Amino acid sequence: MTARIGVITFPGSLDDRDAQRAIRLAGGEPVALWHGSHDLEGVDALVLPGGFSYGDYLRAGAIAALAPIMAEVKDAAAKGMPILGICNGFQMLVEAHLLPGGLIRNAHQQFIRRDQRLRVENNDTAWTSDFATGQEIIIPLKNADGGYIASESELDRLEGEGLVAFRYLGVNPNGSLRDIAGITNEHGNVVGLMPHPEHAVEPGFGPDTPAATRSGVDGLPFFTAAIAAVVGAAA
Amino acid sequence: MPTIVVDVMPKAELLDPQGKAVTGALSRLGVDAFSAVRIGKRFELTVEGEVDDEVLATARKVADEILSNSVIEDVVGIEVVE
Repeated sequence: MTARIGVITFPGSLDDRDAQRAIRLAGGEPVALWHGSHDLEGVDALVLPGGFSYGDYLRAGAIAALAPIMAEVKDAAAKGMPILGICNGFQMLVEAHLLPGGLIRNAHQQFIRRDQRLRVENNDTAWTSDFATGQEIIIPLKNADGGYIASESELDRLEGEGLVAFRYLGVNPNGSLRDIAGITNEHGNVVGLMPHPEHAVEPGFGPDTPAATRSGVDGLPFFTAAIAAVVGAAA
Repeated sequence: MPTIVVDVMPKAELLDPQGKAVTGALSRLGVDAFSAVRIGKRFELTVEGEVDDEVLATARKVADEILSNSVIEDVVGIEVVE
């Protein structure tokens, strides 16, 4: 079977087409979905893409988290469907209470864009199983509201249960507590992160690596992992 | 027409980057009367008709569940003004 992975477009989504392209390059079939619908069109997995849905009004991701299709997204999450929230999609997942914590304005108040080094802290999720735990990767980061926060007790719980999926290495680009770049839910099917794996999937268009300019493809394993997860589940 | 005013502030224990930037600007301008500035949000909910308990309860629910995010913010006031 070919894995069908839905990418939901919201008003103000920017990286939906890039996510579709990443899915295609990883060997899956991207399915464009619309925020105003109640139909997931039978997809096997979902990506909530980056951008500035509703202009980040109220709070980043807050209004998108109330979109009609989010009812189906919540049902699918509860049933174990792999769901990845990238940047604005991560903000939607925390606003929809599918992941804990919150994301606030970067501590330095600036929009930031850089090729970001990360450490994979948990490879036991639908989106990280093609990495090794402890593996270092580089993918682009670009956000204004990327500061991950939660209460001390919640942060301790996340660390204790291994729910921190990615941590910033070298530079903490936005003031995220405990350098958290991404987290997973307890079941490992819902993962959110601020950096953008979909922008590091094709040589010539990714971040710089020591080997060559723009050659980084560390984002591709996110999508191959999810495809393997849904194909494996169907077999 | 009555209006319900909802005030939302970032949680006291969390960094408020906007407030910190304004605090820094005041300090640069030589305004030293204020040791800190915090920035929150004010929502004005217009009501057609009377504000009864049901409308107020709805305002409280909306304030808690939509206008604020309890992970990062607190609802610090819900008040009816004419």
